[in-house]
Amino acid sequence: MSVTVEEYVEPPLVLAGQWMLFWLKFRRHRVAVAGGVIILLLYVIAAFAEFLAPLPPDLPNTRYTYAPPQALHLFADGGFAPHVLGYKVQVDPVAMRRVFVEDPGNRFPVRFFAEGPAYELWGLIPLRTHLIGVDKPGQPLFLLGADRLGRDLLSRVLYATRISLSIGLVGVTISLSLGVLLGGLSGYFGGTIDTVIQRVIEFVRSVPTIPLWMGMAAAIPTAWPPLRTYFIITVIISLIGWTSLAREVRGKFLVLRNEDFITAARLDGLSDLAIIYTHMVPSFLSHIIAAVTLAIPGMILAETALSFLGIGLQPPIVSWGVLLQESQNIRAVASAPWLLFAPGAAVVTSVLALNFLGDGLRDAADPYV
Amino acid sequence: MKDYILRRLLYMVPTVLAISVMAFTIIRLPPGDYLTTVIAELSASGAPVDSGTIAALKDRYGLGDPAYLQYLKWISRILLHGDFGLSFEKNVPVNALIWDRLGATFGISILTLLFIWAFAFPIGIFSAVRKYSMGDYAVTFFGFLGLATPNFLLALMLMYVSVRYFGQSVGGLVSPDMIDAPWSGAKFVDLLAHIWLPVFVIGTSGMAALIRIMRANLLDELYRPYVVTARAKGMSEFSLLLRYPVRVALNPFLSTVGWMLPTLVSGEIIVSVVLSLPTTGPMLLRALLSQDMYLAGSIIMIASLMTVLGTLLSDILLAWVDPRIRYQ
Repeated sequence: MSVTVEEYVEPPLVLAGQWMLFWLKFRRHRVAVAGGVIILLLYVIAAFAEFLAPLPPDLPNTRYTYAPPQALHLFADGGFAPHVLGYKVQVDPVAMRRVFVEDPGNRFPVRFFAEGPAYELWGLIPLRTHLIGVDKPGQPLFLLGADRLGRDLLSRVLYATRISLSIGLVGVTISLSLGVLLGGLSGYFGGTIDTVIQRVIEFVRSVPTIPLWMGMAAAIPTAWPPLRTYFIITVIISLIGWTSLAREVRGKFLVLRNEDFITAARLDGLSDLAIIYTHMVPSFLSHIIAAVTLAIPGMILAETALSFLGIGLQPPIVSWGVLLQESQNIRAVASAPWLLFAPGAAVVTSVLALNFLGDGLRDAADPYV
Repeated sequence: MKDYILRRLLYMVPTVLAISVMAFTIIRLPPGDYLTTVIAELSASGAPVDSGTIAALKDRYGLGDPAYLQYLKWISRILLHGDFGLSFEKNVPVNALIWDRLGATFGISILTLLFIWAFAFPIGIFSAVRKYSMGDYAVTFFGFLGLATPNFLLALMLMYVSVRYFGQSVGGLVSPDMIDAPWSGAKFVDLLAHIWLPVFVIGTSGMAALIRIMRANLLDELYRPYVVTARAKGMSEFSLLLRYPVRVALNPFLSTVGWMLPTLVSGEIIVSVVLSLPTTGPMLLRALLSQDMYLAGSIIMIASLMTVLGTLLSDILLAWVDPRIRYQ
């Protein structure tokens, strides 16, 4: 909306349409609004990952394997001059291994809109500008630390956001189509169709999902191109995730089927499809949006779990689960905890924000709360 | 009651059938047939592969037959002889490998269920009675956090904390030097010292959900006129709470076992991989990675069957407690 808060006049509630009412109610739910803002930000990150990341996700740097996160110093010499400090390598006499310590004598300025490694935004527009970067290639900039090949973890987490969040969206789209189709059939026609579909849903829900996902995902040949693996994993996840959406849709259909305005439409000779699309769908669309928002976290968590186990997405692709795979070894985590906490925080933040957003949407969609 | 149980058992028949078909499909999913894998493995181990062995294997698994015949052969071996096939990796019958592990998985899952109930019930009541208090907000906050943190992530974080700050690893169900020891009081104590971690880790998300359910249920009841009446008659607040609203709110709470058990078994499988517990999780993962499909398929099938059975038992229990369900 282009109106600012000052000139915004509350519309009379009597005249407000259903979406206006929805919005007014949603806005009161502060936590949900905050969740919505975070989700929006995360999707912006997903869209502009190449620009936001200081380095390409797969650029190794053997000098800085397992380098710890650098602190971003904002001021130097009494003025605003963001910079990071270089590393000094020392040998820990007790554990007998290399440790990196900050080197105050070695200062690297951090520039905004810096020229860095070339990339293609969305695979189309060739660019060199990154949001932040250092002056010369090879200077260290590891705000979230580096992994076992000296790749920048911040860049990897940013790129992984794209994969993990898009799996959530694509997966939920497939689940939604299945759920609306089967739940709709079930609720609208009732009778035998309903019984059969309900039995199928009960069956899917009664089986533990993780072993089932594992069984299907493990059959994917490792030689397959990454994109195909990505889609198959998404399909596998959504094949099991559709049931809650189907139940939601069926419940709404059952309630609406006996409403007076539906009966009136039917008596007027409207076809089944026309009734569904012009009368039923608009009246439960807001509920579906809420249910969809609440279904996305499950998809993200499923992908993360599978990739973590090593049978989901495979390394050339970076998703949060793939990043977490590196922390399977607890000894690696003990010496480089950022490998666990950076992608872990990304997962928890996004799931938490989606849950809050979904809760708020559901409350806003329910006229009786 | 008898009718209800009979009906539920009848309902289970198609479910069990579907589970077996699903497991069989998973066994056949990996491209290439398993005989090729076996022959490759046999020749890799240096043993000469004679055509008699191959023919025997072919006959045993019905290779070359259409899929439905293979399925029939496979399922009748299981039903008639309890023979789940051979683990190709270890070259022993699947039967010899899985039962201990499945027992451990379900033991931990059920323990977790009890743990969840024991804590979710009082916390849920507290959080409803003291609505919008600091305690309620704290419970809600940790509840949401518990829902958003994947089990295995929590397990990893706790392991990191214990390695980093307490200098000890927390994996396994018993200490390494106790694994082969015979069962004794000391070993049992050692088991208790280890098992709380997986139980806690697997339980968090389910507990968060259950607390929210209990809180919502109870809030629906707390302000009903019958509560006000009882209070006006001078009943003490505590016994009033437990005698009426909590009893009404309890039913939906009990019926959660149905969807809880599959989630717990799922959670147990992935957490046990992280914590390297001697349960089905690590075995299933290794079997899948090495395409030891009879082992993997059997684990998936039996874990699913036991889950369905557990759900059935809990449903019967619920019907026994609540006559409304029996007569539906």
